[in-house]
Amino acid sequence: MSSSRPEPVPMPEGRGAATLAAPEAVLEAGAVTVPKAGPVAPPAPVLAAAPPPRRAWAPLLQAAPLWLVLLLFFVFPLLATGVVSLWNYTEYSLVPDVTQRNYVEMFEGCGTLSDGLCTTFRTYLSTLRLCGMVWATTLLLGFTVAYFLCFHIRSDGMRMALFLLCTAPFLTSNVIRMISWIPLLGREGVVNHALLAMRLVDQPQDWLLFSEFSVVLAFVHLYTLFVVVPVFNSMMRIDHRLLEAARDAGASAWQTIWHVVVPLAKPGLVIGSIFVIVLVMGDFVTIGVMGGQQIASVGKVIQVQMSYLQFPAAAAQAVVLLALVLVIIAVMTKLVDIRREL
Amino acid sequence: MDHTGIGRRGALKAAAGIAAGLAAPAVHAQGAVSLRYVGTAVNQHQGIKEKVKEDLGITLDYIPVTSDDVVRRAVTQPNSFDILDSEYWMLKKIIPSGNLVGMDAKKIKLAGEITSVFLKGEVGGKTIGGQGTAPWKVLYLPAASAKTFAPSQTEYLTLIPTTYNADTLGIRPDKIGRPISSWAELLNPQFKGRASILNIPSIGIMDAAMVVEATGQHKYADKGNMTKAEIDLTMKVLTEAKRAGQFRAFWKDFNESVNLMASGETVIQSMWSPAVTKVRSMGVPCVYQPLKEGYRAWAAGFGLPKTLSGRKLDAAYEFINWFLSGWAGAFLNRQGYYSAVLSTAKANMQPYEWDFWMEGKPAAQDIKAPDGTVMEKAGAVRDGGSFEARMGAVACWNAVMDENDYMVRKWNEFIAA
Repeated sequence: MSSSRPEPVPMPEGRGAATLAAPEAVLEAGAVTVPKAGPVAPPAPVLAAAPPPRRAWAPLLQAAPLWLVLLLFFVFPLLATGVVSLWNYTEYSLVPDVTQRNYVEMFEGCGTLSDGLCTTFRTYLSTLRLCGMVWATTLLLGFTVAYFLCFHIRSDGMRMALFLLCTAPFLTSNVIRMISWIPLLGREGVVNHALLAMRLVDQPQDWLLFSEFSVVLAFVHLYTLFVVVPVFNSMMRIDHRLLEAARDAGASAWQTIWHVVVPLAKPGLVIGSIFVIVLVMGDFVTIGVMGGQQIASVGKVIQVQMSYLQFPAAAAQAVVLLALVLVIIAVMTKLVDIRREL
Repeated sequence: MDHTGIGRRGALKAAAGIAAGLAAPAVHAQGAVSLRYVGTAVNQHQGIKEKVKEDLGITLDYIPVTSDDVVRRAVTQPNSFDILDSEYWMLKKIIPSGNLVGMDAKKIKLAGEITSVFLKGEVGGKTIGGQGTAPWKVLYLPAASAKTFAPSQTEYLTLIPTTYNADTLGIRPDKIGRPISSWAELLNPQFKGRASILNIPSIGIMDAAMVVEATGQHKYADKGNMTKAEIDLTMKVLTEAKRAGQFRAFWKDFNESVNLMASGETVIQSMWSPAVTKVRSMGVPCVYQPLKEGYRAWAAGFGLPKTLSGRKLDAAYEFINWFLSGWAGAFLNRQGYYSAVLSTAKANMQPYEWDFWMEGKPAAQDIKAPDGTVMEKAGAVRDGGSFEARMGAVACWNAVMDENDYMVRKWNEFIAA
């Protein structure tokens, strides 16, 4: 969000400034999205090929605090999770060990398909299905909102005002935003009363609440902004003359969107997608509350195992989930090289 | 259960050490003592806190957590509390960790006055159902620092009992319109999409077992300690019901259960007594329905971490003695719970209150909550009747099974089904 502000809005006249500003924004945004690689990598070559010792130490020292923070709060916990996932456990203690028990138990019965899918596959399928639905909806909505803000609002002031309006729901806690759907969607809730009063249905609709519908609805409400912001950021960089050129060349409105706007907004779309996918894949609160605790999710499984002190089993689940999410992100960043395209 | 190498305590010693280091400056060298009190919110009332401050000058720092977190705290962070308000079934996990110290019966003035429910498993001379982790099975330790339970009475108590109750199903009589008398009704297709159970595996499966027995599908040797085959059977029954759309939702905490019932999402569900009271105080009819197969009971008590010493230890004993001395007991009895020492609680209650809550007699005048709101009009009778009738009809107690790991895995499978 912050990187979009300093940059002047690319109006046709201010084009020189816009093209000049772009490379800076690339570096800035690149550093923001990939904090591990950016500032940490450079010191190594300096150290390797540096005879004058004073100059070699300075950048290393400068990078040290971040190194330390990442090491303590990112690398170490991750390693610990990996190690604990190989431990054994009893009701009340962890037993340091190298055992495959947690992984074996996780995939128990997954080899045969005769009794239907095993628990783990079913849980992952359910999580992925929800994730897919939320992703598609937030992407569509986020793109539409950003498009409207960028290309249909003429004045900068108005654009900023509307953009800030989008963030207004974030002034309340996300738990409250989620829970406030319940009285609306319930069997005796506002929506059902309205439907009955309008005689659209003859009896209250149960699928509105404690269903996949309500889970997706809550997620879309919570996370659409995470798509709007990066897409808006990408779109603001699009030179308006490109759209004019497309129109001059005879492209229809849809063709312009599909062949000009979408390709240029891709980095924003990918960053937004990563936010949404990571958040949904690890969630257990929203799925629990809005799904009436009846819908399986990987996060929920981990939470149950943690509350029964089965930390190694939960760690193994977390490792598998992490691997899956990393694969998804790797595929997406392969499709679009975010750092180059920004 | 002998574990070699680093136990969980060892692994977390560093973290606990840091926590203790941070907490230390907060302890006053002189002046008022404060006790960090970890437990579910059941006993953590503002009224009790104020009265303790007034009577003893001790400040209670309430740290409310969920049932599962009580166990987790006790096992992994024994330095993070001075008093543990635990349920008896949790002891099967906590005592082997060695984090609680046996409480000296000689320092508890009213130890001998504790109700026979705990000491003998009897009420009114009648034996109470003992399936599951009944409190009298885990009441004593052979020594102060023991990690196993003593089979008979010793000087060292695991927990000093505070409250206990008999749980059953809550129903909405206005929406059901006919008498409900059996646990089997929970899975009756008539209530399709309007039933609920708890999503706390160890308690949820007990309710399911009551249903399985009520429908005559299986007779358990001990519902609180099922074999793997019995767990499979119970979860199969639940899974079929879930797939058929029997459940509207599962609930995990007190407020969720109140909301489900009050909003009409469910008409029959497992419930806790004060949740029913809360629904009723919102003006929604709700009954804590006694059932012919009996109740599922639970009991809670105070335990002390073995690290406690000096002024804090004295203060903890002082507080526990105060708790048994009547005021708190009366306070809890008026909420629909039962207190550990009945004689002192009775002395602190009005006769009409005692008659209503404990004797099962019609209320001679309006029954009021501690905050003064009317809970029951004159003439009302408590659901399930008297103390002896309710506690006498207990069928099983909240429990930790030997096959707990397996059960949790099966429960996750059920949620995914």
